[in-house]
Amino acid sequence: MPYLGGEETVRELKRALSNPNVQSEPLRYRNTVLRVVRAMSQGVNVSGLFSEMVKACATVDVVQKKLVYMFLCSYASLNPELSLLVINTLRKDCQDPNPMVRSLALRNMSNLRLPSLVEYVEQPLTAGLRDRAACVRRVAVLGWAKLYNLQPGSDIDAAVVNELYSLLRDPDPVVMVNCLRALDEILKEEGGVVINKPITHHLLNRMKECDVWGQCEVLRVLQRYRPQSDDELFDILSLLDASLVSSNPPVMAATLSLFLSLCADLPAVSQAALERVSAPLLAACGSGSREMRFTALCHIQLLMRSVPGLMGPHFKRFFCGYAEPAYIKQRKMQIMVELVNDENVSMLLDELKGYCTDVNTDTAQAAITAIGRIGCSYSDRCLEILTGLLGLKQDHITSAVVQTMRDLVWVCPQCSDTVCSALEGCEETLQDSQGRQALLWLLGVYGEGVSSAPYTLEVFIDGVKSEVSSGVKMELLTAIVRLFLTRPAETQDMLGRLLHYCIEEETDMCVRDLALLYYHLLKCGIEETRNVLQGRRSDPSLGVLIGRPADPINQWACSFNTLEPLKKGATETQTASRGSPEHEASKPKTVVDLSETLGCSHVHADPPDQHSDSTAELPATPLTLSLSPTISPEEFERMWLQCHSLPSEQDAEESKDFLQTEKEIRCSAMLQRSPQILQAAMQLVNIQTLAFTPPCTLPWRVFFYTHTAGTPASSLILGELLYAGEADHQPAAKKDDEEAERKVDEDGQVEVKVTLKQQPKDEKAVGAFLSVLGTVLHTLSTE
Amino acid sequence: MIRQFFILSSKGDPLLFKDFRGEAGDDVVNVFYRRVTALPGDQPPVVMALRDLHFLHVRQAGLYWVATTTADASPFTVIEFLNRLAALVKDYCGGLSEKSVQMNFALIYELLDEVLDYGYIQTTSSDMLRNFLQSEAVSSRPFSLFDLSNVGLFGADTQQSKVAPSSAAARPIQAGREQGGRSEIFVDVVERMSVVVGSNGVLMKADVEGEIRVKCFMPSCSEIRIGLNEELSIGKSQLRGYGAAVRVDRCSFHQGVRLDEFDSHRILRLCPSQGEQTVMQYQLTDDLPTAPPFRLFPTVERDGTGRLILFLKLRCDLPPKSSAVNVCASVPVPKGAVSLSQELSSPDQSAELQLQNRAVAWQIPRLAGGTQLSALFKLDVPGLSSASMLEVGPVGLSFELPKFTATGLQIRFLRLSPVQPAPSQRWVRYVTHSDSYSIRI
Repeated sequence: MPYLGGEETVRELKRALSNPNVQSEPLRYRNTVLRVVRAMSQGVNVSGLFSEMVKACATVDVVQKKLVYMFLCSYASLNPELSLLVINTLRKDCQDPNPMVRSLALRNMSNLRLPSLVEYVEQPLTAGLRDRAACVRRVAVLGWAKLYNLQPGSDIDAAVVNELYSLLRDPDPVVMVNCLRALDEILKEEGGVVINKPITHHLLNRMKECDVWGQCEVLRVLQRYRPQSDDELFDILSLLDASLVSSNPPVMAATLSLFLSLCADLPAVSQAALERVSAPLLAACGSGSREMRFTALCHIQLLMRSVPGLMGPHFKRFFCGYAEPAYIKQRKMQIMVELVNDENVSMLLDELKGYCTDVNTDTAQAAITAIGRIGCSYSDRCLEILTGLLGLKQDHITSAVVQTMRDLVWVCPQCSDTVCSALEGCEETLQDSQGRQALLWLLGVYGEGVSSAPYTLEVFIDGVKSEVSSGVKMELLTAIVRLFLTRPAETQDMLGRLLHYCIEEETDMCVRDLALLYYHLLKCGIEETRNVLQGRRSDPSLGVLIGRPADPINQWACSFNTLEPLKKGATETQTASRGSPEHEASKPKTVVDLSETLGCSHVHADPPDQHSDSTAELPATPLTLSLSPTISPEEFERMWLQCHSLPSEQDAEESKDFLQTEKEIRCSAMLQRSPQILQAAMQLVNIQTLAFTPPCTLPWRVFFYTHTAGTPASSLILGELLYAGEADHQPAAKKDDEEAERKVDEDGQVEVKVTLKQQPKDEKAVGAFLSVLGTVLHTLSTE
Repeated sequence: MIRQFFILSSKGDPLLFKDFRGEAGDDVVNVFYRRVTALPGDQPPVVMALRDLHFLHVRQAGLYWVATTTADASPFTVIEFLNRLAALVKDYCGGLSEKSVQMNFALIYELLDEVLDYGYIQTTSSDMLRNFLQSEAVSSRPFSLFDLSNVGLFGADTQQSKVAPSSAAARPIQAGREQGGRSEIFVDVVERMSVVVGSNGVLMKADVEGEIRVKCFMPSCSEIRIGLNEELSIGKSQLRGYGAAVRVDRCSFHQGVRLDEFDSHRILRLCPSQGEQTVMQYQLTDDLPTAPPFRLFPTVERDGTGRLILFLKLRCDLPPKSSAVNVCASVPVPKGAVSLSQELSSPDQSAELQLQNRAVAWQIPRLAGGTQLSALFKLDVPGLSSASMLEVGPVGLSFELPKFTATGLQIRFLRLSPVQPAPSQRWVRYVTHSDSYSIRI
């Protein structure tokens, strides 16, 4: 904040501070110092008063001391020489009989943050570790951490580390917790404080003495410990059970985190823990602090990825309060959508209907989208509500409804008749480009069902000169060409006009190129155009995938109780812009896209068709797969064998450029019986399958390839799925490490070996690709 | 770990800033404020990230309490801590407002110094902190004539002083030391209702979140005993007493509460620390012991001239002795409503068309139990269509029910031990707020 008369104030304060009359009266002196600190916190530069303040620090008045120290710590880095003067006073204070003064001096000494003063600080800190008063020891312990961070790269003094380890047995719980924190910082490079069995049990036994903050810290540190036996593990778990249902949300969350990391290999135990924790989490959802509510809601979404039915009986708790902020309402709606079942659907829809007319447009649009998602399973009721909303004739509502309908039709083609009859007259209310694009898409694809479609398009074409959004223009082009294929007589004239305008006058290159493309396509003949443009109108498989399988807990356990779940929604609410559904299928897919479509990595499956254009906003690595350039089977074979032989040559230079990885993925045994399904699924995510062994032969193989783009450079991935069957007699032609091992689980799952070869090498992309592949196989096997 | 902490006024003025680890860029506060103002609306997301800066904030008393932290920090811990810090500041300064923060900045810096060291939370217990804090709180309470109304003729106590004024508990906890403030203890039972009533008048959902708060201004109080209704039962299965049981679904207690007499006699024993603390929290879901406090009978129609006629009858079903205060019914109306004319049944009520909320707000200062009010609103809405009726959405009621608890939970007694030598005052207060009370039309 700019502070008027700053210099004048500083001069006046300087005079007051050096006035002997002021100095002799403690109260006046203190008030002057107070004014200095006030000016400082208001943003006035008072660094000029440093020497006067150093003098003011030699006082018996503790309040004044605190104020002066605060000032000195803020400005010490600007005046390293003068700061040396303070050290004397501080060291004297470290000998003071009053423990409060000692801790104050020690804390501020370590807060000066001047590397040149380190040598003066070490001795008082060492003494501080053995002080009688706990409050001094607390400060001294953390002081060492500050000291080490001040001189990064300096040698670690083993004596100090030992002393800190031994202080873990200090009678004061805060000292103990501070030791954990300090050791963690000092030993950062070695992986933090070492947690062995005796320390673990010591910490667990003393947890009751700590306050909630200390407990959270201990629980966090204990995540590093791996119990040696199951007995020990269950001892620890039963000790922690009480804090798992603690009414204090931080303790509850930290305990669950620890549970999940301890029981990573015991899904049943983790599952039970999640169920136990649901009651305190629900209580936190009703907390008085709305920020706490929000945090709890985000974590409930995380839990529901693995236990979809967790909150089923409590669906009413997620009804929105009318005064709640929009960010809470949106989360609650996302949760409500997940909880829909035959019994509560009418109640939930009633509730959501109420939010559709919310004053806040974001909330209203989120509610409409939520209804659309319920529509995938209960289309009739939802369409009735959506059609009713169109009657309101409000632009933001109409836009959201039309977009939702487009998404719905893509998943449930049987809704198209209702949607077509609802579309009439919408174009007058639509204002924003997203909504108009959705309308145009619907008119293009289902134009034969909407009697007024050509007239609506004509209005758009007449206004194309004043249209600013290139997205709308491109959608308009596609729509009119599509409509021309079904209703040529009515649209021929306007198609010609639009193409002429776009090719001759349009300045936007994308629009012009698209128009040229359609022009040449039409020249090639109607049948060719039809082949290109009238691809799929819907993708019912997406709808089936909505009822998606529960994720394994390990997939999200590491992000539990971090800021991650709170942030995710923030990016999602920003991705208001959406493209047409089929752009998804035809354009290069992205990983983010895919995982959303398959509903596997995101908490709340958004409408199934989201959006290649939203990826720019998402922080994930933008891995894009594509099928072009195509590779013929012969080429594939050549490259596969070439890559195959490389490692044996031990050519260091070459192998840098090339990567071979293997991984086992489990999927159901039925896979090998239906290669068509697998091929279709892979194609959906732009992986081309080249060759299959006939079904039910062993070893069963699939060869496939894809290109990754977007990451530093594009690269080619060749891959093989290998299922060697029960009797494992691999021909010796394969390398030993490629020998597949498979196990049949009780549930009929088998392990399929994936061999990937990539050129040039890009490990990140391979990792991302593997997760895509895993998702595909997993989805197929659970279907 | 908290790297920096600052308090920002709603207008964006930095009131306090502290950097715990010396890692701050200069303009962390400005970065945050720019992000907040760049967003539409008044509801910035709780977490905002910019490169490696992660801002977490809570809103309390209109101020932003912001901490920056690392990506792997526990949001539960940071948010709980920020709330706790705000509560501490409120305890020590006697109130929470931009002004009180500004006047007591030295005290708050002192507090921060003790609460956080190098970004790690040390302690937030006011008993521990009391020994370390030296500054005096500056009370920001404005002079008010109402303070004088408690003093009778020639300084004699009037009848009124038997009831604690609502502001009585808003004072700094440390003032007692020198100024000889009265030694007092307040036990508040505060409940929040969230209710949804369907358009046919059927109760769709009713939740109550309640808590018992103790606010203590006693220099030497070793133990208090709080007796709750003896017939209080917890959980669905358990029933105590005959018939008129008071029931909650779930309850949890503060760490320091001893529960040895709770199972037999429903007595909580604790040694309160100075300042405010929540002793017990409880929830009740879907099964209120009494009828919901308000019912609404709406009639919505269009008259021939295209005006929207809203006729509302609001009935208060509280027991006759109780009454609701500060009732405000907010009725969403169609977009484009331009003017409102109203007929209200008494002059102290008021109604107003709030254009930015698209709602009619009907204010009723006091509504006694067992009575009924009616109001007639006529709205001019150009281009009113039948579909617009959809927009006359759920009515939201906000209210305050003093001396009333929705669950029926009562404090039987409040005993201090050892018996206080100095005259001490004990106050028990009940209040029920509306968290969200919506009635569909």
